[in-house]
Amino acid sequence: MQDWLFLIPFIPFCSSILLMLFAGRINTLATSLLGVGSLAVSAVLTLLVGLEFYQQGAQSWQQSLFTWLELDGASIGFSLYLDQLSMLMMGVVCGVGFLIHWYAAAYMASDPHMPRFFAYMNLFVAAMLVLVLADNLVLLYLGWEGVGLCSFLLIGFWQQEKANARGARKAFVVTRIGDTALMLGLLMLFDLFASLSIGDILTQVPQLGVSNLDQKLLWICLLLLGGAVGKSAQLPLQTWLPDAMAGPTPVSALIHAATMVTAGVYLIARLHPLYLQVPLALEIVAWVGALTLVLAGLAALMQSDIKRVLAYSTMSQIGYMFLGLGVMAFDAAIFHLMTHAFFKALLFLCAGSIILKLHHQQDIFKMGGLARQLPKTSGLFLLGLLALVAVPGSAGFFSKEAILAGAWQASNPMLWYLGLFGALLTSLYSFRLYFLVCLGTPSFKGKTQDYGAASHFMLPLWILGGLALAGGYMAPQLAAVLPASPLEHPDLLAMWLPVGLALVGLLLAWWWFGPAKPPQPSTAAWAALLKDGLGFDRLYETLFTRPLLWFSRLNRRDGFDQLTWLMVWLNLNIHRLGTLTQNGQLRWYLAVMLAGGILMLGGLLWWR
Amino acid sequence: MVALSLLLFLPLILGILAWGAERVRAGSANYMSLAGLGLLLVFFLSLQAESHLKLVWFARFNVYFSLYLDGLAQLMILLTLLLAVLAVLVSWREIRSNRGFFHFNLMFSLSGIIGVFLARDLFLFFLCWEVMLLPMTALILIWGHEGRRYAAFKFFIFTQASSLLMLIAIIGLALAQLSASGQYSFDMQALAKLDLPMASQWWLMLGFFIAFAVKLPCVPLHTWLPDAHTQAPTAGSVLLAGILLKTGAYGFIRILMPLFPEAAQAFSPLAVSLGVFSILYGALMAFSQNDFKRLVAYSSISHMGFILLALFSWHPLALQGAVLTMVAHGISSAALFCIAGMLQQRLHSRELSKMGGLWSSAPKMAALTLVFVMAGIGMPGLANFNGELLSLLGSYKIFPIHAMLAALAIIGSALYGLHLFQRAFQGPANQQVVDLDKRELTFCLLLLLALVYFGLQPQSLLQISEPWLQQLGQIATQVVRP
Repeated sequence: MQDWLFLIPFIPFCSSILLMLFAGRINTLATSLLGVGSLAVSAVLTLLVGLEFYQQGAQSWQQSLFTWLELDGASIGFSLYLDQLSMLMMGVVCGVGFLIHWYAAAYMASDPHMPRFFAYMNLFVAAMLVLVLADNLVLLYLGWEGVGLCSFLLIGFWQQEKANARGARKAFVVTRIGDTALMLGLLMLFDLFASLSIGDILTQVPQLGVSNLDQKLLWICLLLLGGAVGKSAQLPLQTWLPDAMAGPTPVSALIHAATMVTAGVYLIARLHPLYLQVPLALEIVAWVGALTLVLAGLAALMQSDIKRVLAYSTMSQIGYMFLGLGVMAFDAAIFHLMTHAFFKALLFLCAGSIILKLHHQQDIFKMGGLARQLPKTSGLFLLGLLALVAVPGSAGFFSKEAILAGAWQASNPMLWYLGLFGALLTSLYSFRLYFLVCLGTPSFKGKTQDYGAASHFMLPLWILGGLALAGGYMAPQLAAVLPASPLEHPDLLAMWLPVGLALVGLLLAWWWFGPAKPPQPSTAAWAALLKDGLGFDRLYETLFTRPLLWFSRLNRRDGFDQLTWLMVWLNLNIHRLGTLTQNGQLRWYLAVMLAGGILMLGGLLWWR
Repeated sequence: MVALSLLLFLPLILGILAWGAERVRAGSANYMSLAGLGLLLVFFLSLQAESHLKLVWFARFNVYFSLYLDGLAQLMILLTLLLAVLAVLVSWREIRSNRGFFHFNLMFSLSGIIGVFLARDLFLFFLCWEVMLLPMTALILIWGHEGRRYAAFKFFIFTQASSLLMLIAIIGLALAQLSASGQYSFDMQALAKLDLPMASQWWLMLGFFIAFAVKLPCVPLHTWLPDAHTQAPTAGSVLLAGILLKTGAYGFIRILMPLFPEAAQAFSPLAVSLGVFSILYGALMAFSQNDFKRLVAYSSISHMGFILLALFSWHPLALQGAVLTMVAHGISSAALFCIAGMLQQRLHSRELSKMGGLWSSAPKMAALTLVFVMAGIGMPGLANFNGELLSLLGSYKIFPIHAMLAALAIIGSALYGLHLFQRAFQGPANQQVVDLDKRELTFCLLLLLALVYFGLQPQSLLQISEPWLQQLGQIATQVVRP
């Protein structure tokens, strides 16, 4: 069974190629069958491989397909590597991916470009699977770039709109900055270890002498972190994620919530032995996470677009994962990655249903009262929000608790405080969202109808809802790959403080945004700043975009080319001077001849 | 093996035949060239590597008609022939006036290019170097676009002036050989053994360097390229970008580095810096263009910078990377120029601002362009990535700072690549165009397959060129780094 591992990414890849080839020639049903069916097959295969994997005691296992590159004897191949970590990631990608595909088949059914949509989605899943299964960093980079490309294509899926194309470009370019850092990290790793196989590198790490390599390892860790923050939308490369919401909502659920954006977390968890050698790098990872989770939480408070609230919330939750990684609670971070995939996918898909029902209305101030009109969707939405807020018993509770427990034991108490503050913010923006969208009086015209329970839309939502509830009891076993996080729990106060803060958030949200208040966006300057994502966009625009555009406009004609023109000008002028002497007048020629003769004679006399 | 010389002369004969055929029956030149190239390809594939031919030419100066076919030359000639087929296919309908003469010029420059790859005698090398220049100038001058005169003259003057420097260096080498052994020699192998004092080695090396750097091209000697590429007919752009630029790189590998190893090593920090500067400057300039072909032309400068960086860092991995980049860029840039040509035929414009939203009317073309752009910006799994990866991995070991700066091209290429793709194919639809027809689809798909195949199996290319690269590596180890 395990020999079928390669089929899991290969089947979506083939279906993507088929869909591209037959785009425009197959109908909606065939498209759905191919697009969703391939994912279903992959999910079933994942289940079968997973069963066998755990039956055999979770032994890590490798499958080599073919050689790709020979790097001075260190060969790089298309080889897949299965251990507890990649097994879990594969499960999340295929499982959640399948549910989202299923939902998307209904969501996109009326779109004329549906085959293209599913071609991209399947290609994305294939690339993501390559990313998590890669046994070497070059193959991982292939998956890494592949998911970036698919993200670009899917954000700009409705490409006639200029804004969508702009969002897509921004996502691609900003993540590519991170990719450059990752590539630089690969260069340094290869220089140090003479190999790019993950296994080789990780086995060599403990044998490294610490002394003078420290600096180099620190740089490597920071560069890899650079790649991770680009993909995972963390400070300072977080600006692309809110604009990525231009894509269809299932795309946001799959790529920008459940899978791709967590690739950075996976990368660091996968290479954690490197980070364990350099405590400073881990501390930086923790701080990146802590700052992002607070800043994104603040920004989420003032958004008026339902998808942008969720985007900032995703950023903030990934901040928690980075915080977990940074305080060495690696398994907690991966646990949160999994539960977050469940409840955030649920939230996005519910949001998608709401948006569709309200005829592409995304402004939460123009919603309201949906709990009565769309009881099931609203109920599931609330369920997702409760898991996001980490209400005891929900999936988010267990994983976030584990991360905060790790932060509690970190050397710097500030990290824990930031994590707590983030919990308050999470609760605040989540309930604000719920109150504005689902309670109060409707601020939209027209009637919406709820779906029948058997509709395509609902089934994946129910499953995801179940996972958002029960996911917390499925704590992944990662002991063979990741070091266990500190086991002893913090004292009772520290453990229940986040829950208490969530309650405070609920009360504050009721106070500020409850149904008693008229729904209207705040117009204060600070609110505008928060809505803008704290002005990072504007900062980067003045620092980078504008100078670049200014220079490219200035130098459009290529300064070096002007040097050639200088030569041309010189030649032309010499030519003109030369022709001036030949004006056809005899007296001029005579005078010049005479002058020349005198000059020569005079010169002769002078020199003598 | 006399058959080797046929490689040189057959394209020429073919060109004359095609010219004649067109006079007899209009439109037959296309078929004539295509069939001839097909036969030539079969003939070429039947030749074995490591075959050589040496005939006395000017006995008094020890000039030989000396050809040598090794793996590297085989690789480059194969690429040349395939791209020549592409050039014929892409100008099938584009060229209407003087078609016979067009094919004659195409084939004439082809035989020059093949000669450059085969020659083992510097005199012959120089002759072929000039032979490939003249018909190319004619192609631009006669069948080019609106600014063709300017572009053709610029191309001619740049290459002519720089090859004059090479000629001086060649004569200097022959004279040095005369004073060392009492005989002239133009034979590359003999000259490689010549032990020159550093000062003269330095100056002679510089002569070759400038000639090859103009051809490559390397900033600041690049300004002929955007004009020539933009104004040339599509077939000319394909040959220019696909092959002619590679003759510069080939010159470095085949002549400059083995002949002047010490001077090249001493010069390498500067050469590598120029390479990195080309990479970044080319990417930046590509980003600021509004003309489809001009953008691709500047991106070529950026890619050629990688070759310069890789070659002069002289690390075995980087050398492999340079060869891979040569082939990969040959395919990907030729593909993009084909797209540009097809768009120009349909829209009568290359302005990106006049395009936009073409995906809706030409989805096949858009999807293929996307793949070609992605290949150009180094998407793993397509051919260009391997070359860039190996170049960076190798050069990092020798020039870490330079390699790190060069890696910034990952961002720069994303900027210009998306600029190109999005301006032409996304956004609101300004224009309607006809999608690819069968002929166009066929060669685009073949290019795509080549990019994917070499992207996943680069080893097949490296095995062919391995012997010469090993030889270069050995030379490098004998030279003490300054």
